[in-house]
Amino acid sequence: MSTTNPLAYPMRRYGMDHDRYDWSMLADRPAIQWPGGKKLALWVNVGLQFFPLNPQGQPVKVAGNMTMPYPDLRHFSLRDYGNRVGIFRLLKAFDQYAVTPSFAVNTRLVERYPALLRAILERGDEILCHSWSMDTAHAGGLAPTAEAELVRRALGGLRELTGREIRGWISPGKLESPLTPELVRAEGIEYVCDWVNDDMPYPFRTDNGPLWSMPLSTELEDRFVLMDNLHPAHSWAEQVMDACDLLLDEAGREGGRILALNLHPWVIGQPHRVRYLEQALEYIMAKPEVWSASPGDILQCVVSQS
Amino acid sequence: MKEDPGYYDYWPYQNRPRITWPGGARMAFWVAPNIEFYELNPPDNAHRKAWPTPSPSIPGYSIRDYGNRVGHMRQMRLLEKYGIRGSISLSAALCDHHPEIIELCKERDWEFFTHGIYNTRYTYGLTEDQERAMILDSMETIERATGSLPAGYLAPALSHSEVTIDLFAELGGIYTCDLFHDDQPTPLNVRSGKPFVSVPYSLEMNDTIAYVVNKVRPRDYGRMLKDCFDRLYAEGAESGTVMCIPTHNYQVSCPHRLRAFEEALEYITGHSDVWVTTGREIAEHYLQNHHAQALNAIAQTEGAA
Repeated sequence: MSTTNPLAYPMRRYGMDHDRYDWSMLADRPAIQWPGGKKLALWVNVGLQFFPLNPQGQPVKVAGNMTMPYPDLRHFSLRDYGNRVGIFRLLKAFDQYAVTPSFAVNTRLVERYPALLRAILERGDEILCHSWSMDTAHAGGLAPTAEAELVRRALGGLRELTGREIRGWISPGKLESPLTPELVRAEGIEYVCDWVNDDMPYPFRTDNGPLWSMPLSTELEDRFVLMDNLHPAHSWAEQVMDACDLLLDEAGREGGRILALNLHPWVIGQPHRVRYLEQALEYIMAKPEVWSASPGDILQCVVSQS
Repeated sequence: MKEDPGYYDYWPYQNRPRITWPGGARMAFWVAPNIEFYELNPPDNAHRKAWPTPSPSIPGYSIRDYGNRVGHMRQMRLLEKYGIRGSISLSAALCDHHPEIIELCKERDWEFFTHGIYNTRYTYGLTEDQERAMILDSMETIERATGSLPAGYLAPALSHSEVTIDLFAELGGIYTCDLFHDDQPTPLNVRSGKPFVSVPYSLEMNDTIAYVVNKVRPRDYGRMLKDCFDRLYAEGAESGTVMCIPTHNYQVSCPHRLRAFEEALEYITGHSDVWVTTGREIAEHYLQNHHAQALNAIAQTEGAA
């Protein structure tokens, strides 16, 4: 958007400078209680992603896509490593520490790999839609009709392949166009995890009805810490454990909190890194005040108290 | 364009007149939380893009909103625990958007200095009259909301013109945080000739520079803060130094980072002879007690104009 007067401030007003949600400070909201008197909900989400060898990068290229001249075999196959090898290390770790994960799935990935889909479906964990592939960015510049078709293809395809209702949505790279919330709401999505502005769920408006925004930290996810910040894996584990301590402490004073860990098997599923995931999960799950749950169950618990 | 901004003269960090702080402290220590508002859809600026992705730029916008929704309360409670009054670098539009935060800080007698209207509105491309009007708007907005005219300035998103500091001095300001040339306050030459001081603010200790630009690990950030303190505290035995920690509620207050910051605050405030203060108090003390002497010493420095 563009205005000619640089001193004009059309949205300078009380609250936000848009109408998607109301301004509210977390500390001012009523305390949320988790089941069984637990203090901290642990939500571990795994991105199951397909990065095509021939990305179009339209309207923008999402982080993690191919960067070398075609054919970029190094990045294609390293991403694929996560779906062939890394994911099975993660599943073992979840089972070892009794963690209930969720899976955010690119529909094209499980269309290509039915064996991977079967392994996920057999577990019974919640599945979220992560759009069609990591090359289908929902961002400004995407034509509304094209985006509507993309949302229908991704969600409809995932529902058909999984036989599940699919309530949650995460856009690739957590980008959105101006219409993404409307379009996913129109296709029956109940919550979206793209906005990293809170540590608890909050109500979110669309022209097609209400959504919930679920908090899924980017700052603490494996890809961001290890690939963007270039911190070593032991530091990532330390950061996760420090976050756990802080949120648990805050939950003791202010009501239930969520520790949301977003994981990528091609990053944290590497043999030299996965032990630090195990270390973090062992630390968190050893705390009796922690409730490991699916995002749908965590959200339902908040909705029932709202 | 000029070769040198002209705001200060070269003045070596040795053989300067001794700076003394209240109570005989070696160091003036202050924390400057930036409390900012970034617009979701700012107008285009020909010189600098506000967001890296097409509108709506959810990733950048939403993490900054996290700072106000979640991070502020965390940092405020922490500073309170260690007896620190924040000196807020304030996007003045936040007085309109989030007056609750202003009230919480007023109740704690924190200082508010101006950081422009929005952190998505740059000084680049403004005429001198427009820049003056923008700074004045920010000062008057803060005065209406807090009861005090701000004494200090940090230009929005560190975006400047050649006359930014001149304009702020003419509008009644007494200090700026925009220059990083020293560990002690220094007099600045402004075109009005008014007494005006640069108060050390530090880019190096700034959490956003550390975390986003330099990609420092949280616990290393805590160590950096302690190392910085140790050196400036030791040097303060000879002549008073200043240490500032500039923070952002969307960086330092994230759950995986606050602990390192707390350990540094505990360490620093655990020392005697530290004047835990605000930017305005440092500037006022310096102007009253050291400014004239410093001007004199600078004039006698070899090569002085």
